Amino acid sequence: MESTALLQKVTAGMAFRGTPASLLSSSSASSHVARIKLGSRSVIRAVSRLSGLTVKATHLNAYGFGTMPHNSTALKTVNKAVAVKTETGSTATAQQGHELLLFEALREGLEEEMERDPTVCVIGEDVGHYGGSYKVTKGMAEKFGDLRLLDTPIAENSFTGMAIGAAMTGLRPIVEGMNMGFLLLAFNQIANNCGMLHYTSGGQFTIPIVIRGPGGVGKQLGAEHSQRLESYFQSVPGLQMVACSTPYNAKGLMKAAIRSENPVILFEHVLLYNLKERIPDEEYVLCLEEAELVRPGQDITILTYSRMRHHVLQAVKTLVSKGYDPEVIDIRSLKPFDLFAIGNSVKKTHKVLIVEECMRTGGIGASLRAAIMENFFDELDAPIGCLSSQDVPTPYAGPLEDLTVVQPPQIVFAVEQLCKH
Amino acid sequence: MASQLLRRAGKLINVSASATKNLASSLAPISQANRSFASAAEDTNPITIEIAVPYKAHKCEPPSLLATTTPQELVQFFKTMFLMRRMEIAADSLYKSKFIRGFCHLYDGQEAVCVGMEAALTKTDCIVTAYRDHCIHLGRGGTVKEIMSELMGRKDGCSLGKGGSMHMYKKENNFYGGNGIVGAQTPLGAGLAFAQKYSKVEGVTLAMYGDGAANQGQLFEAMNIAALWDLPVIFVCENNHYGMGTAEWRSAKSPEYYRRGDYVPGLKVDGMDALAVKQAVKYAKEYALTKGAFVLEMDTYRYHGHSMSDPGSTYRTRDEISGVRQERDPIERIRKLLLAKEIVTVADLKNMEKEAKKEVDDAVAQAKESPQPDPSELLSHIYVKGLGTEVFGPDRKEFTAVLP
Repeated sequence: MESTALLQKVTAGMAFRGTPASLLSSSSASSHVARIKLGSRSVIRAVSRLSGLTVKATHLNAYGFGTMPHNSTALKTVNKAVAVKTETGSTATAQQGHELLLFEALREGLEEEMERDPTVCVIGEDVGHYGGSYKVTKGMAEKFGDLRLLDTPIAENSFTGMAIGAAMTGLRPIVEGMNMGFLLLAFNQIANNCGMLHYTSGGQFTIPIVIRGPGGVGKQLGAEHSQRLESYFQSVPGLQMVACSTPYNAKGLMKAAIRSENPVILFEHVLLYNLKERIPDEEYVLCLEEAELVRPGQDITILTYSRMRHHVLQAVKTLVSKGYDPEVIDIRSLKPFDLFAIGNSVKKTHKVLIVEECMRTGGIGASLRAAIMENFFDELDAPIGCLSSQDVPTPYAGPLEDLTVVQPPQIVFAVEQLCKH
Repeated sequence: MASQLLRRAGKLINVSASATKNLASSLAPISQANRSFASAAEDTNPITIEIAVPYKAHKCEPPSLLATTTPQELVQFFKTMFLMRRMEIAADSLYKSKFIRGFCHLYDGQEAVCVGMEAALTKTDCIVTAYRDHCIHLGRGGTVKEIMSELMGRKDGCSLGKGGSMHMYKKENNFYGGNGIVGAQTPLGAGLAFAQKYSKVEGVTLAMYGDGAANQGQLFEAMNIAALWDLPVIFVCENNHYGMGTAEWRSAKSPEYYRRGDYVPGLKVDGMDALAVKQAVKYAKEYALTKGAFVLEMDTYRYHGHSMSDPGSTYRTRDEISGVRQERDPIERIRKLLLAKEIVTVADLKNMEKEAKKEVDDAVAQAKESPQPDPSELLSHIYVKGLGTEVFGPDRKEFTAVLP
């Protein structure tokens, strides 16, 4: 089938000297554990509307599905950031749920939100009749109509501006950039109007817009189609940025972004659209500002997002066999950073390695390093390591392109170096 | 070069000279000679005025040159325009005494566009404009005090002092600003019209821009989108003939901005005549509600420079400015009309002027007393409070995350 062939291509693209395809098709360790974070810095009140059960939050951390009585011994303390996959009877959905690919997960999230709220609409090139260049909106125009899946002419500046104008009146448009790089043409609208209108109008307008699209280095797509825009948008005040990396968090983040009153940029990755995972059948919405603990560990904290998460997990297999125990956190929220989760991890491991796909200069890693150093300097035993892409336009030739992006052996080497401290 | 400038300036004034002659000849005295001002302000008997300068139409039929209005409306035109004029002059002197900083773009000379527009619209219709927005804000229901406070960066300003001259908004009256980047408001206007069409609201959007912005690509993109989807948007080009220091003939190959929409029909209007503007906007609103996008070009003029840092005389002659002020001033036109129709007396007009001056002076005094914004306002309104999301897992427990 077409998707299997694509999946194989994606595997081949991401592999460095051969990667088991099972890495992509099996679910990662803790990706669909619902994280209920009840820390002293974030106050969360859990109310279960369906079952009528009220769970009061205490200052303790807890992970897992199911009911959470507050005096349960299943609760863990803040300092032990361990993911517990509790198999409670009623909601053991780990083996239930349905399998799908990442772009289908995005579509599910979109469809659910569009059914729920009639003011949600999608605006972009080829999103309607064509079904989206990466099939994210396939079949939706027949269901919701041409007005809600609006095919635009190729005019990013103006249709992004149009979406912002519509959002000012209360609609909730989702702007799709066919490739994130094309949104550079709409930079003025995103930076000046989208990010700033809530502030300059003294709070009168909110812009509940979602700007999404695939970015990142693909498979020999050329320099202009391999852009990573997170570094350009990160300093625009008023914007929120998230990056999805698995079908589970893609769907959850899409839904959260649509429901948010703030403008959110959702960064997807060209090579991750065919990632397969089993996700729950029930509805869920993830937190836009939270990071995801992928693998608990003791030796070093590896912070990553988007495609690099999978490179890191590949490297982790090698590292584990060499006797290391790295903790992997998918930061997900690129603006603002989830310093709470990151800080807890740093306090445990005292060493940090950031693995990212954007450019070294002025990238997410640069800001993250500054933030960690400012806040957790006393906890660090080693300088913060940062592996980012080379500061070059992405070349077309395959081997050269592989060299611009961080590869798993480099991650292994960096971890080994840092752990010597 | 100078002779070219003078020739072009002459063109601007000559148009208006013939217009004034036409105006005088088309007036007819009313039977009641000494009506008092009080009754004039409430008089809603319709009167018909012939518009002096004919419209120029592109791909449509021009509207009739006979405008119906009432004495009440004419008196209101005068009062509002005079208030706007006083307000802008007050802003001028405040800028010079350093109460207002940064950029201050003044609207005096162009008042007829705003006032004529508002007479043909309701508050369901949306307006979005560029940075010359003080008077549009006033027309949309703002008060002089909140405009003055915002200009001086005080807490009582319409944007809490955080926006400034170029960022005035009034959400409840559908005024969407107030935009700093030239031309960037035109796609926003298309978006407002899209939302009106999507939510089936019976209203139009006026996306205003200047002759300088008429050369922006995003305007043409927005026109294409608007015409393609029949969005109820009227693109209003306020052609004051100068894009900052560059005259229109030096920046546009075709300064016929009402034709620039190509497949979008357009109308060129004498922007110094409030009644002509009202007639044209009424016509355009009907068109936009039934058929789709429309372009209006308002032939207008600004007496001040582009902004307070521009003297306004390096690229045009003082004779040209004073010539337009003498021949085509919108307030004088309405004053002559009111006196010729004997709706009010000279003394009444003086009273109205005094009231407007007092209103502006009071507002300035109040605004000067208004406090500076609290330092905590620096960090408010960046994100919607609470970061705006509720979050829950697959087991349907709902969590609301509130980060400090």
